Amino acid sequence: MTKFYFFCHSGLGKSTLVNTLFKSQVSRKSAGWARDEKIPKTVDIKSVSHVIEEGGVKMKLTIVDTPGFGDQINNDNCWEPISKYINEQYEKFLKEEVNITRKKRIPDTRVHCCLYFISPTGHTLRQLDLEFMKRLSHSVNIIPVIAKSDTMTVEEKQEFKQRVRKELETNGIEFYPQKEFDDDMEDKSDNDKIREAMPFAVVGSDKEYQVNGKRVLGRKTAWGIVEVENPNHCEFAQLRDFLIRSHLQDLKEVTHNIHYETYRAKRLNENGGLHPICDTQESNL
Amino acid sequence: MCQLGPASSGSGSEGEASLSRRFPEIEGGSRSNMTANIRYKSRIPVKTEDSIEEKQYVGFATLPNQVHRKSVKKGFDFTLMVAGESGMGKSTLVNSLFLTDLYKDRKLLNAEERINQTVEIIKHTVDIEEKGVKLKLTIVDTPGFGDAVNNNECWKPITDYIDQQFEQYFRDESGLNRKNIQDNRVHCCLYFIPPFGHGLRPVDVEFMKALHEKVNIIPLIAKADCLTPNEIKKLKDRIREEIDKFGIKVYQFPECDSDEDEEFKQLDKELKECTPFAVIGSNTVVEARGQRVRGRLYPWGIVEVENQSHCDFVKLRNMLIRSHMHDLKDVTCDVHYENYRAQCIQEMTSKLAQDNRMESPIPILPLSTPDVETEKLIKMKDEELKRMQEMLNKMQQQMHEKDQ
Repeated sequence: MTKFYFFCHSGLGKSTLVNTLFKSQVSRKSAGWARDEKIPKTVDIKSVSHVIEEGGVKMKLTIVDTPGFGDQINNDNCWEPISKYINEQYEKFLKEEVNITRKKRIPDTRVHCCLYFISPTGHTLRQLDLEFMKRLSHSVNIIPVIAKSDTMTVEEKQEFKQRVRKELETNGIEFYPQKEFDDDMEDKSDNDKIREAMPFAVVGSDKEYQVNGKRVLGRKTAWGIVEVENPNHCEFAQLRDFLIRSHLQDLKEVTHNIHYETYRAKRLNENGGLHPICDTQESNL
Repeated sequence: MCQLGPASSGSGSEGEASLSRRFPEIEGGSRSNMTANIRYKSRIPVKTEDSIEEKQYVGFATLPNQVHRKSVKKGFDFTLMVAGESGMGKSTLVNSLFLTDLYKDRKLLNAEERINQTVEIIKHTVDIEEKGVKLKLTIVDTPGFGDAVNNNECWKPITDYIDQQFEQYFRDESGLNRKNIQDNRVHCCLYFIPPFGHGLRPVDVEFMKALHEKVNIIPLIAKADCLTPNEIKKLKDRIREEIDKFGIKVYQFPECDSDEDEEFKQLDKELKECTPFAVIGSNTVVEARGQRVRGRLYPWGIVEVENQSHCDFVKLRNMLIRSHMHDLKDVTCDVHYENYRAQCIQEMTSKLAQDNRMESPIPILPLSTPDVETEKLIKMKDEELKRMQEMLNKMQQQMHEKDQ
């Protein structure tokens, strides 16, 4: 089972992108807040699971959404509910693992990937972006993505990406694929190419239009049609290939072998080690 | 025979001369002002009925021309504030609106440098001229607004600034030398709403509510080229709804006069239904449809800033500059400033009533001392009157005793 986790301010096209990525309605699009619904005061965590199939291969995909993130006037510590959620999943897995009688296949609810949507201001990262990524890049694979990139011209995109990469580097934020986990030279060169192209500037759409005789996914404006899968228009295709066609398994492995192990080591060093769980010890955790 | 023509209080010949000075289209020549006025209308053949009309033509129909000349000589000024998060295209839009480059040497701060930045207020002033009319344009920028993690009360520096300008004007107005009052009051605030959301965010609502009674707010949807026409319509409807719901008083276009023609009324109606305007700005010129226009070049097409089917930039420019600039100034002076002034005076008088000492929080002493002075005078006169009354009573008594 693969679990995808999406974050950002509402309105940056998360749901549309997810639906476009998986070519199915896996994410319910929020049409904005319903008339009497207010923007939630705290960050909500909503998770929805689907089983999708392709070529005989089944995948259980869970999308975890965080409506309300960054929407308040005071967003101090709005990353805490998210951090807590991620750690809770690790904890669940850990508990199962140290059990005396444990299941053969431990249900894996850990978060394998976090797509962080950056607002396409064209200037730099926002403070909130930095704070969030700093805190979470060590516990989960973060893939930064520039949302709604049809608002930038080609030059603006390049400049923005360069600035964002530089800022991430200056602040010591390692996004996936992390340099330190490259297995060998071949991996490194592949991943280097990807790192140079990140963050991917994407556009999502679930509507089809006729362009040059073909039906394509796109966005129609008065001055032209933005084609989602056209590499000259945006980097959606690159993101999809990277995320699903080449690195899906690797995302899971890095989560299991590195992030989870880090968490486990930290937990085992506290409390002088973990004992096989019995109910009375719940309170210690 | 009454003297006709502009405020001339001299003899006939003087009046003529002044007339021909002021209205070069009037030929000078004959003695009486009446004849000069006939020449002013000289293109119409004179008939006997007209001379009766001529007798009833006083001449103050030329007042608009006089006002025009004086204003052009004096020049105009306008203060525009732009507010919104960074990256909304505020500077680009201002440059596009006024066809200037106000931000040539701007350096963008990176996110780390911005961590401890509070909201600043920066003024840029530029003198521009068009067809002989001079405009002193001041743009008040608010970098840092809404950029922090915690944006509590991030609008406070802005409301403080606006209040300060009102206070300064209030003081100048109450002062002794009122010849050269500098008017730095903010006439209009363009507020940029991000197109990425689903409507107004809490920070948008709070900002507008804090400012709607101090300045004319015009909300705009920024970077509108990332929205399809459908999305723009939905967002506009949503924002208008929320503005109503939260009771935000944005700048309202004045109603058309009932005697305007239908076409104008139709245009006016369309303008009102188009708010908030969805705008795009550009600092670059691109080639589109054989012409060089301001626009943005994308791989999938070219967005033209001045194309009405692409965005509402033209509508905004027409409204802001070509038809309602003066009304914005009027509303600022007649409504927002007067509210501030009334509030100020009320606070002052209630404070004075509370404690009789002359300690006023706002040092507008020139205003309070005359009152105290006259009070003193009145008191003195009262006492004098009392004394005189007593003396009179004494004298009366003496006389009465004498009589007896």
